[in-house]
Amino acid sequence: MDEISFLLLLFDSLLGLSLLWLAWQALSSPDLFRAIVLFIAYGLLMALVWIRLDAVDVALAEAAIGSGLTGALLLATLARLETKNSNQLSVNKQQVINKSVNNPILFWLILMILILVLVTGLIYAVLTLPENIAGLGGIVAENLNISGVTNPVTAVLLNFRSYDTLLEMSVLLLVLIAVWSLGGIPKQQQLFPGPVLNLLIKLLVPILIIVSGYFLWAGADAHGGAFQAGAILGAAGVLLLLTGWRLSGSFMGLALRSMLILGLGVFIVTGVILIILDGQFLEYPVSHSGLLILLIEVVATLSIGITLAALFLGGRPVDRRRK
Amino acid sequence: MSHYYLYTLVGIGLFSLGFYTLIVHKHLLRKILAINIMGSGVFLVLVALAGRIQGASSDPVPQAMVITGIVVAVSATALALALFVRVRTKTGGVELPEHSLS
Repeated sequence: MDEISFLLLLFDSLLGLSLLWLAWQALSSPDLFRAIVLFIAYGLLMALVWIRLDAVDVALAEAAIGSGLTGALLLATLARLETKNSNQLSVNKQQVINKSVNNPILFWLILMILILVLVTGLIYAVLTLPENIAGLGGIVAENLNISGVTNPVTAVLLNFRSYDTLLEMSVLLLVLIAVWSLGGIPKQQQLFPGPVLNLLIKLLVPILIIVSGYFLWAGADAHGGAFQAGAILGAAGVLLLLTGWRLSGSFMGLALRSMLILGLGVFIVTGVILIILDGQFLEYPVSHSGLLILLIEVVATLSIGITLAALFLGGRPVDRRRK
Repeated sequence: MSHYYLYTLVGIGLFSLGFYTLIVHKHLLRKILAINIMGSGVFLVLVALAGRIQGASSDPVPQAMVITGIVVAVSATALALALFVRVRTKTGGVELPEHSLS
């Protein structure tokens, strides 16, 4: 027993140290491409930490969204930078604020004191927290049988705290509107995917769609859920976009837009219908809660996947019919 | 001291590293990376601290909040990157223009 706990402590320390080291490397590496790749590796290690903390649903979300999609977005932006002007970038790569400050010594002194105070304050706050409190795990476990699902995390996300999820869907939609309002899709060079990549995509995309469906279905009683499923769907979309595949212009208008608002729309309509029937916003009747959660999760998965893929495109697609 | 506190301290470390980079570096892409790492430090503190309560199996509420947080973080990153590309096309630089106070 003692040996096992010693080994676990060793593992935890190594994992924690490599996480900090990777974060430092990602933040200080002069080469931005290297920095982003290290950031992706950091996200994958973070997923391991989540598993160590018994948070498998978070690990799935971190690997798919935090590491995968964020990494894809960062790399796409970097590629756009380098096609524009690669000479200027190398000058600016390691630009640190030092030169523009009048009194560098004072600046560093104040910064160091600030960080030191921040770290000590945070550590003090965390270590003095009371330990013998009940937490919310017990309440969730007691009410799990009326939630309609058996995975406690899904129960919290889509039943007990469905407001959070509703607002989160609105944030996703708002961000997409903001990105679209910044302009059209940035110009990119012609893509010529080789035959190997084309074949791989043809094999991978159907598998990704099936995996996404599995996570959506499994989320009710095992690890998974709408966000993980949506992220995998989004990843399939990103892969398709990377090989130069585009929706034909006629789908870019109403069809795409209605898919984007479907998740939030169904969520709000369900809530309003429940107000009329029960008088409470988003308080599902016990007998139908499982079905309602499944309905909301299906449309949410579709909308999340398509929104994430559209965000990767980086701008408003052109509606050809209007031109 | 259990591994929950160890990971809490790692989370604080990540947050501080990100904060330091956010102030020191001028390149906007690096600032976006720094904010992401700060965020994941906060998530780590949130979930790791929930694990310190004895007896209870892992608390689903912070986990659900962190999943929500991860999705919001990727949305914010996407918006930040779109704004960054816009700054780049408008000014040609990869950092915000200086404003003199005088």
